[in-house]
Amino acid sequence: MEASFKKSLNYLGGSYVVEKQAIWIARDLSKCSGCRQCEVACSLFHEKQVWPEASRIRIFMLVPGADFPHFCAQCEDYPCVDACPVKALSISERTGAVLVKARKCTACGKCIEACPGRVPHLHPTEKRVLICDLCKGKPRCVQVCSEGGWNVLTEVSRRNRAYNLYARTPEDITHDLVTKLYGEMGEQFL
Amino acid sequence: MICGYAGKFLEVDLSKERTRETVLEDDVLRDYIGGRGLASKILWDRLGSKWESLNPLNPRNLLLFLTGPLTGYFPGGRTCVSGKSPQSNGVVGSTVGGEFGVELRCAGWDGIIFTGEARKPSYLFVIDSNIEIVDADHIWGKDAKQTLRVLTKECRRHLTEKFPKYGEMKEPSVLYIGPAGENKVRTAVVAAKWTHAAGYGGYGALMGAKKLKAIVVKGTGPLPEVANLRRMRRLIKAVYKNAYDSELWRRWGTGAAGYEVGAKTSSEPVHNWQDEWHNRRSFGVDKFENRVWIKQSWSDFGCPTCCLKISMVKTGKFKGAITDNPDYELQAYLGPNLGIFTPEDNVYLTSLIDDLGLCGIQTGNVLGFASELFQRGILSAEDLGGLRLAWGNTEAFAALAERIARREGIGDLLAEGTYRAALQIERMKNVEVLEYAVQSKGISIGAHGIRSGKDYPDIISYACSVQGGDHTSTAAFPINDPGSELWEIFNDSAVYCNFNSFGLRRKIRFDFYEAATGVELTPEEWCSTKALRILQLQRAMLLLGGPDLKWNPETDDDNPARFYEPLPSGPYKGKVLRRARVDKTKRKYYKAAGWDKNGIPKPRILRKLGLQDVDKALDKIRQATD
Repeated sequence: MEASFKKSLNYLGGSYVVEKQAIWIARDLSKCSGCRQCEVACSLFHEKQVWPEASRIRIFMLVPGADFPHFCAQCEDYPCVDACPVKALSISERTGAVLVKARKCTACGKCIEACPGRVPHLHPTEKRVLICDLCKGKPRCVQVCSEGGWNVLTEVSRRNRAYNLYARTPEDITHDLVTKLYGEMGEQFL
Repeated sequence: MICGYAGKFLEVDLSKERTRETVLEDDVLRDYIGGRGLASKILWDRLGSKWESLNPLNPRNLLLFLTGPLTGYFPGGRTCVSGKSPQSNGVVGSTVGGEFGVELRCAGWDGIIFTGEARKPSYLFVIDSNIEIVDADHIWGKDAKQTLRVLTKECRRHLTEKFPKYGEMKEPSVLYIGPAGENKVRTAVVAAKWTHAAGYGGYGALMGAKKLKAIVVKGTGPLPEVANLRRMRRLIKAVYKNAYDSELWRRWGTGAAGYEVGAKTSSEPVHNWQDEWHNRRSFGVDKFENRVWIKQSWSDFGCPTCCLKISMVKTGKFKGAITDNPDYELQAYLGPNLGIFTPEDNVYLTSLIDDLGLCGIQTGNVLGFASELFQRGILSAEDLGGLRLAWGNTEAFAALAERIARREGIGDLLAEGTYRAALQIERMKNVEVLEYAVQSKGISIGAHGIRSGKDYPDIISYACSVQGGDHTSTAAFPINDPGSELWEIFNDSAVYCNFNSFGLRRKIRFDFYEAATGVELTPEEWCSTKALRILQLQRAMLLLGGPDLKWNPETDDDNPARFYEPLPSGPYKGKVLRRARVDKTKRKYYKAAGWDKNGIPKPRILRKLGLQDVDKALDKIRQATD
């Protein structure tokens, strides 16, 4: 089942069938205020604690003002899933999210290397990797972000798009945002 | 152990390059909470016996970075910086916004206590329990933006080397000083990001004296566990909701005040407080919003309000200057206070002040003071190293700010802050100038005047505050009024951003405290015991003062002379403070605080609060004033 789902997503020849609930979190990074409520919400949901570094969505601020959320883009080709040597990663049929089987994961870091944005990261204290699981279709980060009216994160239905463009490294994203925000002046902060 | 705390403090002796862990007793945490309260306790216990002879810039002084049980939970993270203040010679709980306090707690520490002085420029790098004192030669002398750039880059690289398999780790949080702090300028700040600052107290100078350029912290753990998480989540939601209902506060932050506090409440410094009214439409919030705000919402940890905005000058001679809003205080002090009424000039000066690591309030105050002396012919262009310091001459003010930060020429004198500079100029020129120094006990008055009676401070707010001119810590009568210093001590001790409590029921902060710690605390108990105890400690250390200055309550528990001059224009023209009213309220306040007629805490209240040693130490001042 998982394999067929993956295949259908890779089909670029026109409209194709996805599960109705399959979603994607659209992201307008330059609107991010850096409030980190998404980190609070994510870690409270998954870890039952306020734990910024164990959040699956993390706000980076490598240059002040250029704050942005860094989290899984659910690339249409899922290179992390392919890279896992122990098959600890799978794709949720329902939501399209990458699911981590904690017991199987050896925290080898192969998925991190495979991700074009180096998005996955290890759990700070446990031997497993952390990847956004879309909260089973109700992402808590989107909820707090919309309540706040920032609308950096918006839930949309998953379509045939080049989602992997959003898997970029923090440095890469920072470079773009700093350029957008400060123009040529931005160069001196990088 | 009480919930809500990491449970330990990091002590760093910079002279011996040694670090150790300290655990404080539950009773101490229960009574003094954290931040400002705990700073007062630690400073008194360790330095009280030699307080009067201790130069604040001496290596023996302590430099404290403390969090509280609400840091990271109450939306809007802050950190409290303290020590013996190079400005008031007392204790100031000076807080700065940003992620530092949250990161520190996630690293397993409730605070850092520095003693001694590093042999050479250094910074402290904390990664959880891993502590390192690192050479800072390469960033010594660098401005705010460059300091942060280099540190973020090099510390991130270090983290990657240390945790090669982890993946990308979020950047660590940094507190640092600029050139002004390095040069021990008394109006230097401890800064975060580019624009956030702990300004009151002058702890940038103390950090510079310790040759400590920065503290970098990475915490990978969770925030300390709270007693009642479900209740905490409900409380956090209530704060969010309240903020979201307040549209203009969210949209403008304090940025509307640069116009409104002048035009509406007539309590904004104009020309070094010679006036408090202006209605210059060029300084309206819409001008800032439409011309210079390039990012409308910028916030610190957990904050739903986003009172910060990012500004950038797009045209003209100051093109490329970047800062935050500026917030109201810096709009006022680096705007109308200096005869400046355009966003571009205001953003440029604020950006420069940030870069130099200066306090915008207190440097704006000293610049205004110097400009008034220029206006009156007391300081000539020659005295000022060729600068014609006329009102509105932005470039001259900028040049003078640079000289202050580098202690060049007249800048060396003005780097002592308004009060000390005034004393020196009086000796130098043989003219009285203290009447133009708008400050209280060495600390500049925040940008909220009291003559019109339409702004929040009270007629004794600055005169009787244990933190002098600090507009975030203002005395009021009745003493347990929610707008009084006793309540503000809670903000600075539990360490969170008070802005997010505006519009909520006042008691909510105590609900947060209970949810975090599991310790019951009512406002009544707080005001009549714990806050009062902290107040007495701060008062005692302020009065003991020394070694260069001491305060005499009879003359120094007063408003700046300027506030007894009538307002010269605007809707409240002619309004003035009446000395008799101030004195009457002051006497009532003394009584309510348990102070004698000379403003010294009485033995009875001190003994009741368990401060026998403070009582003994104050005997010598009592004898001197009798």
